[in-house]
Amino acid sequence: MSADPTQVLAFETDCHIFSGCGFPAPGLHSFLFEPLWGNGDSNLYFNKTMLLALLGSIIIVGFFWAAFAKPKLVPGKLQMVAEAGYDFVRRGVVYETIGKREGEKYVPLVVSLFFFVWMMNLWSIIPVAQFPVTAIIAYPAALAAIVYVLWVSLTFKRHGFVGAFKNFTGYDKSLGAVLPLSMTIELFSNLLVRPFTHAVRLFANMFAGHTLLLLFTIASWYLLNGIGIAYAGVSFVMVIVMTAFELFIQAVQAYVFVLLTCSYIQGALAKGH
Amino acid sequence: MNPLVQLAAETENPLLPPIPELVIGFIAFVIVFGFLAKKLLPNINKVLEERREAIEGGIEKADAAQTEAQSVLEQYKAQLAEARHEAARLRQEAQEQGAVILQEMRAEGQRQREEIIAAGHAQIEADRKAAASALRQDVGKLATDLAGKLVGESLEDHARQSGTVDRFLDELEAKAEAVR
Repeated sequence: MSADPTQVLAFETDCHIFSGCGFPAPGLHSFLFEPLWGNGDSNLYFNKTMLLALLGSIIIVGFFWAAFAKPKLVPGKLQMVAEAGYDFVRRGVVYETIGKREGEKYVPLVVSLFFFVWMMNLWSIIPVAQFPVTAIIAYPAALAAIVYVLWVSLTFKRHGFVGAFKNFTGYDKSLGAVLPLSMTIELFSNLLVRPFTHAVRLFANMFAGHTLLLLFTIASWYLLNGIGIAYAGVSFVMVIVMTAFELFIQAVQAYVFVLLTCSYIQGALAKGH
Repeated sequence: MNPLVQLAAETENPLLPPIPELVIGFIAFVIVFGFLAKKLLPNINKVLEERREAIEGGIEKADAAQTEAQSVLEQYKAQLAEARHEAARLRQEAQEQGAVILQEMRAEGQRQREEIIAAGHAQIEADRKAAASALRQDVGKLATDLAGKLVGESLEDHARQSGTVDRFLDELEAKAEAVR
């Protein structure tokens, strides 16, 4: 990663407890990468997360290409697995929230989103890569922006300008005097806060998960000296436990991301209040 | 100090997305979306649809076969019921016809019997009459002969003229009638 060969990892490798060296705690610096190519000060560079993102895309396309390029009526094993994943998103997420008639159009987008996010999350525990791409805010933000543009434009297309405004503000006459306040809050919540939380929810979960994994991994290494070895064992068990937990969280976060996407689209398509 | 730690200290906010990553993230997603939406998912949708049709076609065929079997069974049942009905009707008819024939035959027998009896009676009557007239002649002749022999002359012509014998016999008959 770095030009300096002693700086392969984000912490000093020869640092142990009782050797007069403080605990190299993980922090924001664990989420920064020196460019593999180009200059970090300019906007022209290529780093590890970009490599993983593109590699992840290729893996997803490759997987679905192998499964669906020449699909058979009686599926093979790979096709069956891919079909199960596809069917889960289509039926379990899109049809459940938007409905079959309206939702069919958005199935490709939601399926792509789900598998893309999941893959980016999965990088967290894939050896050598071991970094969740979605723990860099730019990636969830790009996806959330796509979803945001989609549902906002859908709202305008479906309801016209006034209808869209009513949709965004949750316009409801029966609220009476509270209506201006409620409309302000709803407008703020829907148009400004929603895309932010959509992206940050994913980002923060992956960020925290990676930090936890780093913490226990570094601790296992750091404690590997004298009496600390016993504690290192405990810490290493935690690494394994957290890895399993992350595996679960990665899938859940991908699911939540597309579920919210569908819920936003559904809200945009729904009849005005 | 680690240069990355220094970099982290300089970088102000982890929530501010760096533009290059944003662009690459967008491109990476568009690659996935493009392949899935344009080629791979339509591919699999077609096959899923074909599979659904194949399964539904099989079910429809089975349904059709079952419906046909049901209708054939009903036809058979209807035919069987009709045949039973027909048989019952025929039996009934035969019974009725038999009864009528029996009745007719009985009436015919009766009639014939009566005819025979009547004919017998007539025959008997005729025979009796013939026998009576023959007897009368014979008795008359015998009596006349007998009387002629006793008297010594033929009384035949006389008797014939006078009708004595006949008168006698008539009297006799009248007596017999009276007794009876």
